Amino acid sequence: MAEYSALALIRNAFSGNRDWKPAWRKPDPKPAYDVIIIGGGHGLATAYYLAKEHGITNVAVLEKGWLGSGNIGRNTTIVRSNYLLPESIRFYDFSVKMWENLSHELNYNVMFSQRGILNLAHSPAQADDYIRRGNAMLHGGGDAEWLTPAEIARKVPGVDVSGSARFPVVGGLLQPRAGTARHDAVAWGYARAADRRGVDIIENCEVVGFLREGDRIIGVSTTRGEIRAGKVGVAVAGSTSRLLKLAGIEQFPIESHVLQAFVSESIKPYVDCVVTFGGGHLYMSQSDKGGLVFGGDLDGYNSYAQRGNLPLVEEVMSEFVAMFPAVARLRLLRSWGGVMDMSMDGSPIIAKGPLPGMYLNCGWCYGGFKATPASGFSFAWTIAKDEPHPINAPYTLSRFERGIIIDEKGQGPTPKLH
Amino acid sequence: MLISCPYCGPRDLSEFSYQGDASRMRPDAASTDIKAWHDYVYNRPNPAGPHREYWQHTAGCRAHLIVTRDTLTHEIHEVTFARAALRAVGGRP
Amino acid sequence: MSPRRARSGGLIDRGRAISFTFDGKAYTGHAGDTLASALLANGVTLFGRSFKYHRPRGVYTAGVDEPNALVTVLKDGVREPNIPATLLEIHDGLEADSQNRFPSLDFDLNAVNQLGGPLFSAGFYYKTFMGPVMGPLKGTRFWMFCEHFIRRAAGLGRAGYEKDPARYERMNAFCDVLVIGSGPAGLMAAEAAALAGKRVILAEQEPRLGGTANWSGETIGGVSAADWAEAMAEKLAAMDNVRLLARTTVWGYYDGNNLAALERVADHLATAPRGLPRHRHWSIRAAKVVLATGALERPIVFPGNDRPGVMLAGAAMRYANEFGVLPGERIAVFTNNDSAYRAAAALRKAGAAIVAIIDVRQDISAAARKLAEEAGVAPLTGHAVVGTAGKRLAKISAQRFDAATGRLSGDVRPIEVDCLAVSGGWSPAIHLASQAGGSPVWDEKLSAFLPPEPTQDWLGAGALTGAATTAEALSAGRRAGSAAVGAEAPSSALPEAASPTLDPFPAPVFEIKAKGKAFVDLQHDVTADDIRLAHREGFVSVEHLKRYTTLGMATDQGKTSNVPGLAIMAEARGLPIDRVGATRFRPPFAPVSIGSLAAETHRHLKPDRLTPMHDWHVERGGRMMPAGLWHRPMIYGELGETVEQAYIREAAAVRRSVGICDVSTLGKIAVKGPDAAEFLDRVYTNVFSTLPIGKARYGLMLREDGIVLDDGTTWRLGEHDFLMTTTTANAGKVMQHLEYLLDIVWPELRVHLTSVTDQWAGASVAGPNARKVLEACITGTGLDDAALPFMGIVHGAIDDVPVMICRLSFSGELAYEVYCGAGHGLHVWEALVEAGAPYGIVPYGLEALGTLRIEKGHVTGAEMDGRTTARDLYLDWMLSKKKPFVGSALMDREGLIDRNRIRLVGLISLDGQPLGGGAHIVEKGSLDDLGASIGHVTAFCYSPALQKYIGLALVKGGKARHGTRAFVSDPLRRRFGPVEIVSHHFFDPEGRRMHG
Repeated sequence: MAEYSALALIRNAFSGNRDWKPAWRKPDPKPAYDVIIIGGGHGLATAYYLAKEHGITNVAVLEKGWLGSGNIGRNTTIVRSNYLLPESIRFYDFSVKMWENLSHELNYNVMFSQRGILNLAHSPAQADDYIRRGNAMLHGGGDAEWLTPAEIARKVPGVDVSGSARFPVVGGLLQPRAGTARHDAVAWGYARAADRRGVDIIENCEVVGFLREGDRIIGVSTTRGEIRAGKVGVAVAGSTSRLLKLAGIEQFPIESHVLQAFVSESIKPYVDCVVTFGGGHLYMSQSDKGGLVFGGDLDGYNSYAQRGNLPLVEEVMSEFVAMFPAVARLRLLRSWGGVMDMSMDGSPIIAKGPLPGMYLNCGWCYGGFKATPASGFSFAWTIAKDEPHPINAPYTLSRFERGIIIDEKGQGPTPKLH
Repeated sequence: MLISCPYCGPRDLSEFSYQGDASRMRPDAASTDIKAWHDYVYNRPNPAGPHREYWQHTAGCRAHLIVTRDTLTHEIHEVTFARAALRAVGGRP
Repeated sequence: MSPRRARSGGLIDRGRAISFTFDGKAYTGHAGDTLASALLANGVTLFGRSFKYHRPRGVYTAGVDEPNALVTVLKDGVREPNIPATLLEIHDGLEADSQNRFPSLDFDLNAVNQLGGPLFSAGFYYKTFMGPVMGPLKGTRFWMFCEHFIRRAAGLGRAGYEKDPARYERMNAFCDVLVIGSGPAGLMAAEAAALAGKRVILAEQEPRLGGTANWSGETIGGVSAADWAEAMAEKLAAMDNVRLLARTTVWGYYDGNNLAALERVADHLATAPRGLPRHRHWSIRAAKVVLATGALERPIVFPGNDRPGVMLAGAAMRYANEFGVLPGERIAVFTNNDSAYRAAAALRKAGAAIVAIIDVRQDISAAARKLAEEAGVAPLTGHAVVGTAGKRLAKISAQRFDAATGRLSGDVRPIEVDCLAVSGGWSPAIHLASQAGGSPVWDEKLSAFLPPEPTQDWLGAGALTGAATTAEALSAGRRAGSAAVGAEAPSSALPEAASPTLDPFPAPVFEIKAKGKAFVDLQHDVTADDIRLAHREGFVSVEHLKRYTTLGMATDQGKTSNVPGLAIMAEARGLPIDRVGATRFRPPFAPVSIGSLAAETHRHLKPDRLTPMHDWHVERGGRMMPAGLWHRPMIYGELGETVEQAYIREAAAVRRSVGICDVSTLGKIAVKGPDAAEFLDRVYTNVFSTLPIGKARYGLMLREDGIVLDDGTTWRLGEHDFLMTTTTANAGKVMQHLEYLLDIVWPELRVHLTSVTDQWAGASVAGPNARKVLEACITGTGLDDAALPFMGIVHGAIDDVPVMICRLSFSGELAYEVYCGAGHGLHVWEALVEAGAPYGIVPYGLEALGTLRIEKGHVTGAEMDGRTTARDLYLDWMLSKKKPFVGSALMDREGLIDRNRIRLVGLISLDGQPLGGGAHIVEKGSLDDLGASIGHVTAFCYSPALQKYIGLALVKGGKARHGTRAFVSDPLRRRFGPVEIVSHHFFDPEGRRMHG
């Protein structure tokens, strides 16, 4: 019988909930593993798929703080694959399909709810752009619908569809299969499932150096001692450059930027799907607890501080009110910041290298959460087989030098604009 | 954050546009060394700590400034005019 | 007199009655009342329902830390949910409703959730609702079905969809010292800084300055503390260099001592005077900050501690002293520290019966004993409350308790009460300090976190830093105020404060373990058992605890529950509290209205950019559309015309005779200086240094990575004087790009750039009769081929207005762009229209402009989308081989010269139907069987010249496909049809017309 189920809940309720086991063990690190993954975000998914798909269970995931303290627990929980370029559509649609079965896969309710994502378009040119994207999604095997302003008004009451809006709504691109998930549950669910397959999840274990044999990486030194490994995977998002410096790589096509996120006070069901505002940069949804969760642009300067600044807060609120005039009367409850690994074309890197024995998973910008299953799956594949899976084959490190860039936004090598 | 523009005085962050790392070296215009160009256009040291970076005072004098700022604390240590500073060193940061 | 209003006392204005409604029922209170105090005075004890179990809840605090008594305010025709009744000042006509209950507050059906008690333990939803693996409910369906009901049960108040009619305001302020909190410490700090002549802002979240002075019942300087505070406030108000901000919550501490505050300007007024905003958002730059934010009381956790009638002791005292309200008639006190004895004495003095003081400690101070005597009761030491009973509190039970072991023993003693005042000690309000500091410091003796080391420029004073008495707060406040401005402390004697010498240290008792639900986070219904379950399941770090149980995530952000929650986890782990970790506080300290943060941008997110001819367009039926921040005419519709009919009419008129189009929005940059030509050679792919004066040239710019950035014509007006034009969309981007290059890459170049977009108005006159139109109105220059050849520039005047004319063409016709000073734009435009009248000149909008350019195969933003190269657009003829330019080094990387890239082609619709922007191109397939995309339509129109629907597209292989057939596939709009791929130069490819 599954460890987690309605029946198990009832049984435990009668025994005063005293028999629940820890979600994952808290082992001390062993001296050596087959594979070490640095980073308890995508790294958890990677470890899980290494164990499940490739039978590699002598694996440790090292997390410098508490599990889920990185971007996996700091995002706005959106899952979608409404991309323009074929490489992106293939990867993220693969991911959405994995999401659809993830709760069963992990025996953990990650609360993926496919309430859809709606991109509002505010000019004919923007509408053409979104239609191009919607058609690309459909041709790539995904799902998309085009909504008129009247349909939008019915689906999302409160959106300003009036002609007097500064950026009037001319239509919207809906991806019905998109939605939101509970971010912490994804970290905990993968951690528990990997743990049950024998993976050691080691918290409060910060990597402070790499063990090397010539060029080859043969392990890491950590705040909890030296750990050796045949292969070392790095999946540390905003800390990528810092980690690579420890391996002697002084520069890399990543900048770390701070992104703020916000949540309003809890209210009764108000908006069903995820809505994005095209007159600026804003995305919002309502959590199951009732808070409106939303975010906007990066603060726009290199930062490793998990704190943002006031001008961006004001900008995001202005856009929110422009899109949803009624929210002026609601109240902002919490804000937080995460450090994003902004790549130079806005797309990730999931590849072998850059040193022998090292594997790299980074460059998620602020879209890493939805990628978690596919990222873990394809990274595990790359580590196990020493070659990429077809879905991550385009996400090389050499693509910048070779000019095979995957630039969804067409902004060029200006990370703050991706 | 407050940036002290040497021309306009201390001004709010919202008046400025970030223009990125100021340690990048643009290869000689005629250079065909793709590796060097790649490093200039795509690679960044991205340090955690003091960072020399360009900011343009877009809502002010529009000059580019070289700002030394700590990426861990957002503390600003030094601000100079980029053009004058770069001219003095022959255009090389 | 209301049943619970004391006969005298309090700072309310008993002469002024105020009527308001709660859940539709009318009540009266007095000026100075909050909704909480007024309802308590009316004997109301039930205020709301909890989040998860929908348990009945009363008011628990008297301030910003309120977890229970949240109401929805109905005002201005809109709903404002989740407002703590403790902060809501009543005014005549105030309407407030309770929330999270159905059908009524008294009888809530969702309270059935309580029966599921142990089922709904922390994190239960992660363990179930996953549904079957197979069948119609597989995947996410079952969860989404359950979620529907969970979402409806969750949430607090209901928000409305109506536009908020209120006005919000934003203020920037600058000061030498910002003092936050106006208790005795804050008032002294503000005074000290102000006497030194510095600019001081004093912010207080409550309506009345004074903080604890308003309810401590003490004397300061020989008068009642409240009177002292009022006198201090008056003194400060009279000083020019002091700004007092009452009802102002400082909620965010951002980098560079930039603090954010919310002033509730008009919420307390029945009707706001005209012009007054509802809220004001303050962005304050302070050289120094004095944090005098005080301390918040916390409860002891015990079974039944959530019953209406249980409240914090300090709050009970505050209701008695500040509002003259008795929260009960038979009150018991339960405490682990001395402070609650003051509450007992104050409540007794106000007229309540104190039926018991239950203290977990065995020994208490003499001062506490004396206060107990004043309260008329002998303290029951070494005891604890182990349960409560009654729908509204009617009874508590107490038992012998050993504080050292936490063990209960002996008989359970019932005590009949209608109010229980609880104190578990005090937690300094370190929220802002934590936002601007390191990790808070646990103080073992105070059982509290003290503020961390600052990472920004602030000083702490008063209860925040652990001051135990008012006397300490007064002197610490003055010290901090002086230190903040680097001045000597004022020489005057400190006012004397008379307060009992209580033991400042609580017994480290956080929870009484007995049978029953003991709530830690009252709003989110997190119990002590939930915390222990989290511990068993390994969610032991403070952040996991928060996230797994939702402790401290409610609207009160755990102000009362934070420390007890940590303490329970610490005990479970067998660790000292500080080893479990401390929560890092982030903005905002308390919820902030979103409208205030949007403030003036509220209805006007971005500026509107209008050309000088804007009104003319609108008057002539121009249907305006957004183009970036600009508003431009899409078409000039005539009666009964469709958009398509209009643009076809307009475009045909241009090809047949002449049309006029407003091109003022094009980006225009004056490039001047001895090195201007050299600069342009470096930024454009083609050569400009060879351009003769008085001529223009089409130029293409790349980014450093070799992708097309923008195009446009640049005119040489003098040896060192160029006028560059850019596309409308990229004007700002190109300007910044050039400024960057000039400042950083080539600082040695002597070039000056000025954006002159707004200085010039422009009109394009195009068509076979264009020259005749101009000749009819121009003076000062000839326009024949000799005087004005293709791409030539002349200066002249139209109706005495100096103009500059360049003969260039976007439409493929004989065409001229006429520029004049923006102030004369409309005048010149009207003169041109008048001169064109004999030729039937037609104004044309963006649609016709697009049609003409598509017929010619000119590219714009849809093709230059930040991913295309010059080669993709067949503009490689513009890539000079004679010189390097921005982008030349990287434009030939393998990925950018791949033969299979999508490249520019023309399309002709073969089924006589429109193509649709954003449609894709496939080689085969149908709407039911979508083929592989080989590209997409970037622009389309009905071509009056070709009498067909045509389009531009980016298609894999580009030119190699000319003459082949394909299909346009637009499944999003259910359109599929055959097309022919052709050259993008549809019309007059040799350009005879524009040269003619």
